[in-house]
Amino acid sequence: MAVTIPAGANPYPHPHLLAIEGMKPWEIAALLDEAEQWVEPGRRARKLDDRLSGLTQINAFFEASTRTLLSFEIAGKRMGADVVNLSAGVSSLKKGETLLDTALTLNAMRPDVLVIRHESSGAVALIASKVDCPVLNAGDGRHEHPTQALLDALTIRRRKGGLAGLRVAICGDILHSRVARSNFHLLAAMGAEVRAVAPPTLMPPHIAALGALPFTDMAAGIEGADVVMMLRLQLERMDGAYVPSTREYFRTFGLTQERLQAAKPDVLVMHPGPMNRGVEIDTEVADDIQRSAITEQVEMGVAVRMACLDVLTRRRRGA
Amino acid sequence: MTSILFRNVRLIDPAAGVDRPGDLLVADRHIVACGDALAPPDGTDIIDGRGRVLAPGLVDAGVFRADIEACIAGGITTIVLMPDQSPPLDDPALIERAERLGKPRLWVRPLAAATRGLRGRELAELGLMQEAGAVAVATGRAAIADSGVMLRMLRYAAGLGLVVVSHAEDPGLVVGAVATEGEYATRLGLAAASAAAEAIQIARDLRLAREAGARLHFAAVTTAEGVALVRAARAAGQDVTAATTPEAFLLNETALAGYRSFARLSPPLRLEADRLAVRKGLADGSIEMIGSRHDPRTVEDKRQPFSDAAPGAAGAAILLPLSLSLVHDGVISLLRLLQLVSSQPASRFDLPVGSLAAGAPADLVLLSPDAPWRIAAETLPGLAGNTPFDGLPVQGRVDMLLKGGERL
Repeated sequence: MAVTIPAGANPYPHPHLLAIEGMKPWEIAALLDEAEQWVEPGRRARKLDDRLSGLTQINAFFEASTRTLLSFEIAGKRMGADVVNLSAGVSSLKKGETLLDTALTLNAMRPDVLVIRHESSGAVALIASKVDCPVLNAGDGRHEHPTQALLDALTIRRRKGGLAGLRVAICGDILHSRVARSNFHLLAAMGAEVRAVAPPTLMPPHIAALGALPFTDMAAGIEGADVVMMLRLQLERMDGAYVPSTREYFRTFGLTQERLQAAKPDVLVMHPGPMNRGVEIDTEVADDIQRSAITEQVEMGVAVRMACLDVLTRRRRGA
Repeated sequence: MTSILFRNVRLIDPAAGVDRPGDLLVADRHIVACGDALAPPDGTDIIDGRGRVLAPGLVDAGVFRADIEACIAGGITTIVLMPDQSPPLDDPALIERAERLGKPRLWVRPLAAATRGLRGRELAELGLMQEAGAVAVATGRAAIADSGVMLRMLRYAAGLGLVVVSHAEDPGLVVGAVATEGEYATRLGLAAASAAAEAIQIARDLRLAREAGARLHFAAVTTAEGVALVRAARAAGQDVTAATTPEAFLLNETALAGYRSFARLSPPLRLEADRLAVRKGLADGSIEMIGSRHDPRTVEDKRQPFSDAAPGAAGAAILLPLSLSLVHDGVISLLRLLQLVSSQPASRFDLPVGSLAAGAPADLVLLSPDAPWRIAAETLPGLAGNTPFDGLPVQGRVDMLLKGGERL
C-alpha cells in the first residue's frame, strides 16, 4: 500500500501535533519524508541549518525526561532556534500554580513553538487550547507520544523499506504506555499488522478498537513478526500489583534470543528506552547489532523532531 | 396572610397518582384544596395557569451542596444533603446546623455520616443525629470497604429504623480510576475501573442489608448489572431503593472525548449498554428516584487535566428539563417522572412533601413542560456551572416556584 500525498494539498494542515489518532496516512508519510531529509545532515560534522533562527522554542517538561528532552533540544538547536528548557523540578507548579496559569505565563513569553510533556492524559491538548503558538506533544500521561511513533516508523521504514504488510508485535506494559497507543494508531493507519502482547494485568480492554490484536502469550504474539518492539516496564507507575516480580516478568515476557526464534529471521528489535536490561529485554538481544535498532531509533528521533519543528513553524516563518 | 388561587392548571399529584385539570387554593402556607372552580376568599391572588402544570416542588435526594439559587431555578424545594460537607456531618450539632442552611427558601434535610469523618471505621452517633434531624444515614462519596464495619452499621441503623444510603463502587476496584473501562478510556489513556465495581458493591451491600434486616438505598445506580441486581432484590421483597442521575440515562463514555473535565463524574460515565439499561430500569420501576447529585465545583477544581480535576457536576438547576427528556422520548409519563423527582424520594426519606393533598405544605412548582431552551454552563444559576450538558437544547421550564406559600 503506497501512500500518495494528494496533489496540491498541504501535507500537514494542523496547527499542533498532539496525537497520531486522526492523522491521515499521507500526513504521516509526509512527516516521515520530511524527517528522512534530516538524517544525512545529522551525520555531518557541521550540522547547523538556520531556518529556525530567531525563533524561540520552549521545552516545558512537567514530567521527568532525559532523552526526549535532549532530542528536542538538539533538534531545535540544529535548526538555529533559541531553545529554552523548563523542567518539573524548577517549575512553579511545585509552588502551587495551576497548569493553565503556567501555560498562560509561557504564552506571554511569546514562544514560537512549545514542546510539552505532562503526566496527565489530555493535559497537552488542554494547554494547546490556551496558547497562540504551535504545540508539540512530547508525551501526555498514558495517552500519546506522537514523535516516538513517528521515529519508530522512520526506523522501520528505513530498515524494511516500508510499513504496509509488516507484522509488528508491541510487547510489555501496554496499559501504561503512550508509546504503544501512538504506535497502534500509526502502524494501523499505514497498513501494518499490529499485535499487542502483554500480561492480562497490563493489557487495557478494547485494544482491538485501536487496531491491535491482543495476545497474552509472548511466543504466540511474536510468531512470524517482522518487528518486535519492547516497552519499558514502568515500575514508577505501578501503584498496585500488576506483576509479581521483575524476575517472573523476565521469565514470561522478557525478550531473549531463544524466544526471538519464533519471529522472522530478519526480525528488527526495537525499544523506546530507557531499557531495563534483564527485565523486559536480555542484554544479548539489546546489543545484537544485526537485529537491534535501538540506537538507530534515538538517531531517528532527532531527525523526526527536526521535521516536526520545521513543519509546524512554517506558517509563522512564512515559509 | 396571603392566599393564592391557581386557576386553569394541569394538577399533577404524584403522591396520589392524579393528573387532571383543575384549580388549587393555597392559604396560610399550606394547600387548602384542589378542585374545580374553587371560590377564592377575599384578597386572594388569582393566577391563571393557562393550562400549565402545577405540581409539588421537587425533592432532590443526595446533593453535595445546599445551593439555594440552583435549587430555586430548578424548581427544587427540598434537598436531602449528603454528609460529605466540610467538616463531614458526623455530629448532632453539625446536623442541626445543616438543617438551617437553606431556610426559609429551601428545606435542607441532612443525611448522617455513617462513620466518623466518613472514614469507614468507627460508627458515628447515628441515634443522636437522628434526634437532631438526620433523615437517613449515608456512607458518603465512597463505599465502606470493611464488610464488618458495614454490617454493624447496617444493624445499628436498622435498630433506629433509618434508611442507609450506600455508594455503590467497590473501593479497591476504583482506586485511581477516573473512567469506566471501555474503548474510550483505552483510547484516551485514562485510568479506568471495570463497571463491575458497581455490581460487586451492590451485591455485597444487598446481602449485608439482608443479614442486618436494614433498609437500603443506593445513591446512584448507573450500570446494567447494577440495575439488574436491584430489580431482582426488589422482586424478592427486599426493602431496597435506588436513584440514578440524568448523566447516567443521557450520556455514555463518548462524552469523555476531548478530555472535558466537566464529564469527570463519580460514579464515572458508563457504556452505552449501561445507559440503555438505566432507562429500562426507570421505565419498569426498578429505579425509583432521579437526583442531580448537585456538586458545584470551582474553576480551579475543574480547569485541570481530566485526571487531576475534581469529580462531580452541578445539576440541580437542570434536573427537571434533563429528566423531562424521558417524557418527551416516551420512556415514562409526566406523572411518573414527577414521582421520581418528588413523591418517591419524599416517601423514602419520610418527608411530608411531594403531594398536593389538602394540608400539605404549599411547596409548588408551575411549569411549562415543553418550553424549549438551551443549557449554557456559563450562565447556569447557582454556585457553579460545571455541567457536561453545556449547549444541550432541552425542553421544560420552571415558571413559578412557591416555598411554603411564598413566591420565590
